[in-house]
Amino acid sequence: MTTSQTKVVERVDLGILIDLLADSGYDVIGPTKQDQTIVYRPISAIDDLPIGWTDVQDGGSYRLVRRDDSALFGYVVGPHSWKSYLFPPRSVLLTIENVDGELIFTPPDAPDRRYAFIGIRACELAAIAIQDRVFLGSGQVDTTYANNRAGLFTVGVNCAVAGGTCFCASMKTGPRCLAGYDLVLTEVLDESTHHFVFEAGSDAGGEVLHQLPGRDATEADFARVAAIVDDTAAHMGRSMDTRRVREDIYTNRDSAHWDRVAERCLSCANCTLVCPTCFCSTTEDTASLDAALGQRERRWDSCFTLDFSGLHGHPVRETPTARYRQWLTHKLATWQDQFDSIGCVGCGRCITWCPVGIDITHEVAAIRTRSEVPA
Amino acid sequence: MTVVLSTIEATAEPMLPRPFEVVATRRETADTVTLDFAATDGEGLQFSPGQFTMIYAFGVGEVPISVAGGSADDNVLTHTVRAVGAVTDAICSAEAGTQFGIRGPYGIGWPMDAAEGGDVVVVAGGIGLAPLRPVILRLLDNRARYGAVSLLYGTRSPDDLLYEEELRQWRGRFDIEVEVTVDRAADGWYGDIGLVTNLLTRIEYDPENVTAMVCGPEIMMKVVAREMGRAGTDPSSVYVSMERNMKCAVGFCGHCQYGPDFICRDGPVFTYAAVRDRMRVSEL
Ligand SMILES: Cc1cc2nc3c(=O)[nH]c(=O)nc-3n(C[C@H](O)[C@H](O)[C@H](O)COP(=O)(O)OP(=O)(O)OC[C@H]3O[C@@H](n4cnc5c(N)ncnc54)[C@H](O)[C@@H]3O)c2cc1C
Ligand code: SF4
Ligand code: SF4
Repeated sequence: MTTSQTKVVERVDLGILIDLLADSGYDVIGPTKQDQTIVYRPISAIDDLPIGWTDVQDGGSYRLVRRDDSALFGYVVGPHSWKSYLFPPRSVLLTIENVDGELIFTPPDAPDRRYAFIGIRACELAAIAIQDRVFLGSGQVDTTYANNRAGLFTVGVNCAVAGGTCFCASMKTGPRCLAGYDLVLTEVLDESTHHFVFEAGSDAGGEVLHQLPGRDATEADFARVAAIVDDTAAHMGRSMDTRRVREDIYTNRDSAHWDRVAERCLSCANCTLVCPTCFCSTTEDTASLDAALGQRERRWDSCFTLDFSGLHGHPVRETPTARYRQWLTHKLATWQDQFDSIGCVGCGRCITWCPVGIDITHEVAAIRTRSEVPA
Repeated sequence: MTVVLSTIEATAEPMLPRPFEVVATRRETADTVTLDFAATDGEGLQFSPGQFTMIYAFGVGEVPISVAGGSADDNVLTHTVRAVGAVTDAICSAEAGTQFGIRGPYGIGWPMDAAEGGDVVVVAGGIGLAPLRPVILRLLDNRARYGAVSLLYGTRSPDDLLYEEELRQWRGRFDIEVEVTVDRAADGWYGDIGLVTNLLTRIEYDPENVTAMVCGPEIMMKVVAREMGRAGTDPSSVYVSMERNMKCAVGFCGHCQYGPDFICRDGPVFTYAAVRDRMRVSEL
């Protein structure tokens, strides 16, 4: 099969990408505008994208507003992440037949579909790589995740705008897509042009790219791409210093700041649900009324609930202080021990969607300041 | 992003139980039952002392339970279960013939090999004797490989003692020292009263050449490690079994995280040296 490594595709031709993927049998998922947010849903045409919209984000606030152009990818990330497809909020683990007391356990059949995700941001590619390590790379392979993940086709987007709560630049995950894409595009839009500079990241991507109409990209095109991502990197809404962050969190386990955050935290679990790397889950068992059929389901769980740490009639983490400490410590410190990477990609979702605007970048800074003061 | 995962569909489902049938039950105390299970496919479950399985009760749920004994060759798997909620109630009220789903075994167990050549002190509190029962049986089966062996066991009251018949047998032997104590005595109790940790001073062991295996409430495990430390035992020779909420046993559900460790796969047995700092932090 012939492949192309780069291509400049005009706006009018971009719809062909969706058609090509759909015709190859992919379920194509992309950003869409729904209920005043941008969420990832099945798409069948370019018009399904949030054309001409952008998002204004800050601690505890998210608003969609009109852009003064018709950019296709002129916003950042919303409350959904791709984990909803790879690690769904609910999934069936097992069905159990009970034939007069004899139990027969059957895992669900592998779904007969492949996903193509269009419009994955750099931080989100990094998040998928992190969940890959959790569900595929730590000894055991999670069947649900593996089935959804198998055959995935990824179209990344280099961000041309930075969101108010974004800090991927300081986390070194973006705004340029670094790895894990089959194709990556950069949207170039001004008075005179509207086109997309594509690069292939895999053979599968190269094959699709070859079938798209367009011309080879030149040095000038790549210079434009570099200028766009550099400008985005320079306008990050937040930043986090990750040097020695693990050690600082461990030495500040008893910082008074944990209590100050906990006084505001509602333990609502929003932060864990929107986070693209959070992976905790619980199980639910049901049986039919005639007790002939049982089912085990897995659903997302959160370390902010009391049940999460229930043991001998009491939660181990009874106070909100302990629960917030668990969450932040896991993201930034223990994750490194467990999976050789930090558990945060700097997408800013937990800041935006926290109803009281608790900000991981500010909290970690406050928690570690004490370690600079001599004891 | 397609390349990496071509082989994945072929791997086994890590959360798929096998059917096991209850073949015998023995009531231990008012709320605790010991059950022998047999795999219905005839393939016994191979385990090492200190490991646990996940037991699924039809339509009710699945819980982690330590292996309390058995033999894979004979297709016997023994568990001792205390009824504290929906799933453990279902297990404890099961009669012979009832089927459960069991998967595992999981986790890193007790250091049976590392303990060879030295003294062994086994300390159990309450239901904590269940995961230590295979240790004692293994020690007695291979008695020549170990130095002095003692078992210290404490429960709330004489009515809460597990494995009474076996305890009597073990006490009758000269190659294991068995000390039992209760928090509250009752009529007819002529044994010790008080904390199990008080018994430590009574037994003979070489503090510098001993392996301790301790399972019970965290506070008890801490005191044992501290007392033995005072006597000269290194914290890396004291092993404790940690417990946390657990939903999957294979490192996916996140519930059993204990600092950087997943208790299901990095434990449940840890050296005291490894967890000492964490045990000092409340609500970790
Ligand atoms: C590694 C390990 C080994 C264990 N070995 C034994 C054993 O040999 N014998 C025995 O009787 N018990 C053992 N337990 C404890 C046993 O798993 C719990 O008692 C059981 O999960 C309670 O479930 P339930 O549905 O009966 O009660 P629930 O109604 O779910 O809860 C009853 C109480 O148990 C706590 N609990 C709930 N779920 C769990 C869980 N998954 N893990 C721990 N505690 C939980 C709750 O906080 C509550 O206080 C072990 C636990 C672990 C982690
Ligand atoms: S912790 Fe917050 S900023 Fe980091 S990846 Fe999760 S949601 Fe995004
Ligand atoms: S930090 Fe914010 S989003 Fe997270 S649980 Fe607390 S209040 Fe909810």
